[in-house]
Amino acid sequence: MDEQLLYSKNVNENPCHMCMPMGGILPFKGIEGAMVIIHGSQGCSTYMRRHIAEHFNEPVDVGSSSLNEKGTIYGGEANLKQGLDNILRVYNPKLIGVLTSCLAETIGEDVERITLDYRKEKGLEDFPVVAVSTPGYGGTQNEGYLLAVKRIIMELARPTEPHNKLNIIIPNISPADIREIKRILALLDIEYTLCPDISYSLDRPLVRPFTKISTGGTKLADIAKMPGAVATIELGVTASTEESPGHYLSEQFGVPCYQVPIPIGVQNTDRFLQALTAITKRDIPDSLLMERGRLLDCMVDSHKYNFNGRSVIFGEPELVYSLAVTCVENGIFPVVAATGGSDRLTQLLAPIFEQYKQEIAILSKADFATIRAKSVELGANIAIGSSDGRYLTEREGISLVRIGFPIHDRVGGQRLLSVGYTGSAMFLDRVTNTLLGNKYGSYRRSMYEKYYQTGNTPQSIGGAV
Amino acid sequence: MEAALDIKERNPFIATKGKQKVSLRCDADSISGCVSQRACVYCGARVVLNPVTDAAHLVHGPIGCSSYTWDIRGSLSSGDDLYRNSFSTELQEHDVIFGGEPKLSRAIDEIVAKYQPKLFFVYSTCIVGVIGDDLEAVCKRSAQKHGITIIPVQSSGFIGNKSAGYRAACDALLRLITPEQPLPRKANSVNYLGDFNLAGEAWIIRNYLTEIGVSVNSVFTGDSNFDSLREATAGSLNIMQCAGSMTYLATKMQDEFQIPYLRVSFLGMEDTADSLRKIADYFGDPAMLARAEMLIARETEATSPIIAAYRGHFNGKKAAVYVGGGFKAISLIKQFREIGIEVVLIGTQTGRPDEYDTINDLVNDGTVILDDANPAELERFMTQQGADLLVGGVKERPLAYKLGIAFIDHNHDRKHPLSGYIGAVNFAKEVYSTLCSPVWNYIYDWGGENRG
Repeated sequence: MDEQLLYSKNVNENPCHMCMPMGGILPFKGIEGAMVIIHGSQGCSTYMRRHIAEHFNEPVDVGSSSLNEKGTIYGGEANLKQGLDNILRVYNPKLIGVLTSCLAETIGEDVERITLDYRKEKGLEDFPVVAVSTPGYGGTQNEGYLLAVKRIIMELARPTEPHNKLNIIIPNISPADIREIKRILALLDIEYTLCPDISYSLDRPLVRPFTKISTGGTKLADIAKMPGAVATIELGVTASTEESPGHYLSEQFGVPCYQVPIPIGVQNTDRFLQALTAITKRDIPDSLLMERGRLLDCMVDSHKYNFNGRSVIFGEPELVYSLAVTCVENGIFPVVAATGGSDRLTQLLAPIFEQYKQEIAILSKADFATIRAKSVELGANIAIGSSDGRYLTEREGISLVRIGFPIHDRVGGQRLLSVGYTGSAMFLDRVTNTLLGNKYGSYRRSMYEKYYQTGNTPQSIGGAV
Repeated sequence: MEAALDIKERNPFIATKGKQKVSLRCDADSISGCVSQRACVYCGARVVLNPVTDAAHLVHGPIGCSSYTWDIRGSLSSGDDLYRNSFSTELQEHDVIFGGEPKLSRAIDEIVAKYQPKLFFVYSTCIVGVIGDDLEAVCKRSAQKHGITIIPVQSSGFIGNKSAGYRAACDALLRLITPEQPLPRKANSVNYLGDFNLAGEAWIIRNYLTEIGVSVNSVFTGDSNFDSLREATAGSLNIMQCAGSMTYLATKMQDEFQIPYLRVSFLGMEDTADSLRKIADYFGDPAMLARAEMLIARETEATSPIIAAYRGHFNGKKAAVYVGGGFKAISLIKQFREIGIEVVLIGTQTGRPDEYDTINDLVNDGTVILDDANPAELERFMTQQGADLLVGGVKERPLAYKLGIAFIDHNHDRKHPLSGYIGAVNFAKEVYSTLCSPVWNYIYDWGGENRG
């Protein structure tokens, strides 16, 4: 594909992705009583905390083994063990996640062995420590996220008697989105284990007393029982089988795994509900069908405005996939769909776009220099993605509808609701209103510039709107 | 001494004024597992150099380092905007194993072809330090090839803390400004060190200096560029705002180019007036001094009533301060005094012994002083000391809010100036807008319990 040629293999100019440990932190924040430490130099944890704190507007504590020169040369084992000691003392966690940084990986630290030794030395054999190898040069935050979820399940899951609960693997979506999924599950009267679940811990109500580790998150006991579940629904279609936590549960424990996209848009939400009803044999309640009808009504109300939208969508592959499908079904035709990571996005999206005769650039391993150039070339007029796309607005005048992670130049990243029929309608309204805002904000001037002529030159019909 | 949350290694970094003779430990490595608020060497270097507007800032390392620092500062430019891009060699496993030098030199070639920058800063990150890429050699070769200036910044994350990064940045700047031939000195001119032109702060100060008859030769590094920095040694005096990042450079410039330096602060009315007088005094020109007094009188007259009006709202309020550098912390104690607020907790990430001595002299008995604090300590001491307000950066903000405490941004990406008289008003206004917001009256439990 000639799009790939645009991407320089030597320079990344304005990154559209982050590193593995960043993604690795998030799932731990959605596990009951968990605390994380990054084995590496101090900056990694501080920068990631800053990014996450700004998106969620929540305190985000992440330890660091604060490796210095000595630790780098002679090995950081002592540092990491001291770090674990201090985390246990101050935070009294129920589980500790240990993520590696580039530095720890490069000097060859075996965190799995170190943490095992540590537990033995301290008589903490039963205390769960989840070591995850997340070298910053080994993948993007997306892979770090998936791997952390998988490793948490690998560490805690135990062969269990079959039970009625359904496993749902949650990708990096907002706390509000997770709450909406829970609401839908409650409407269908389904028992479930959501993993991970940041819906409370990274969108904490202001209540007293303040606790250093937020309550909420998936219970350790529930994760232990995931192998006994009826089935797993993994909200994600872009992960490879090796990366997929749902696939792991299926391989190891025979739990059937259904992969469905993040339920944004009518088709994707239908697929989620179809999976739920197929597994549980429950009927979809009328109230939810009503919400579906309202989404269809919203789509019809907005279709003409949306049909003028030429979108550029970027971010984590899973979200880009769902948003691209949603844009297509609403006529907000994507001209650029881009992710900083995975090639699988191209494979999945290419067939969907084949039926449309417009040119679309599906970019993997993209940076914002490429995304920007393609957006301009293909005439994008609305951008959909994280705050890092604000340069498309600032430099090219393409308005940005914020969704995904990170959102650091606006408040409320944690409250953005975009999944389910209701969330999809809210997302669509945000897009439509942005397009309308652009039109109304400039049409007096643009009409004047186009049509007000002092002479008698005949007007061309080429520029009709 | 207050117990440091069961981590005895932290005790030497915490003191209470009046309880004991303060000999606070500082400038040491962070303790593992303590959730330090500090960043790394690379971060220190990047934040100092990033405001150089026409430079290509190329991070030689994995993607994260570049991703998290892309346009991280609210530094403004009057011209170029190349500095607002974040370039990275995005090292992959293959590069880590076989070395990243070829990729780096190709990356430089590509950026030169696309943007033709006069100047590069090439930052090393943790793994570059470990795999041993010879940054110096690659930069030298590429510089010769393209006939431009390419400066390696030795900022591997693990070689120290943020202060080491400041030093690496200063070393890079020194290489840039050292002239082949000594430059003639410009009379009554200053280099303004340690202002990064956040929200136009360097412009505000330059206007003051111009008014009193002092020309600003170079700014380090706010709204600076290749040409203006190369003129630096023509300045006759260095004035230094951010001591944490610039003391090293100021000392070097004094030794190597015989340019003396003055510590100044433009945070708050008192410090701003003192600094303007100090500068005018240095030049020993009575007319300049008279103009400075006129400026101070005019601005004080305009500003004082506004500040006084705000002060009326702040009776009995107590502040906590946790910022990057010691000199900023000192200024903030005075600035809070101007608006009638007592500082009951003060700490920094990179303060030095003499700065902590000054802090100890300035604060009242009972004030807690801490170096390299963490969220658990901030929580404990803010609560214990009854702070109504915290000054800090992005990471500290949600903690304060969750504790029901007001908050002032003193971070790198704020969008409002805090320097000079306009900054003093902005500061008081921001304190007012957070401390006196009606929301705090409604933050109570259901049924009105636990009010306040």
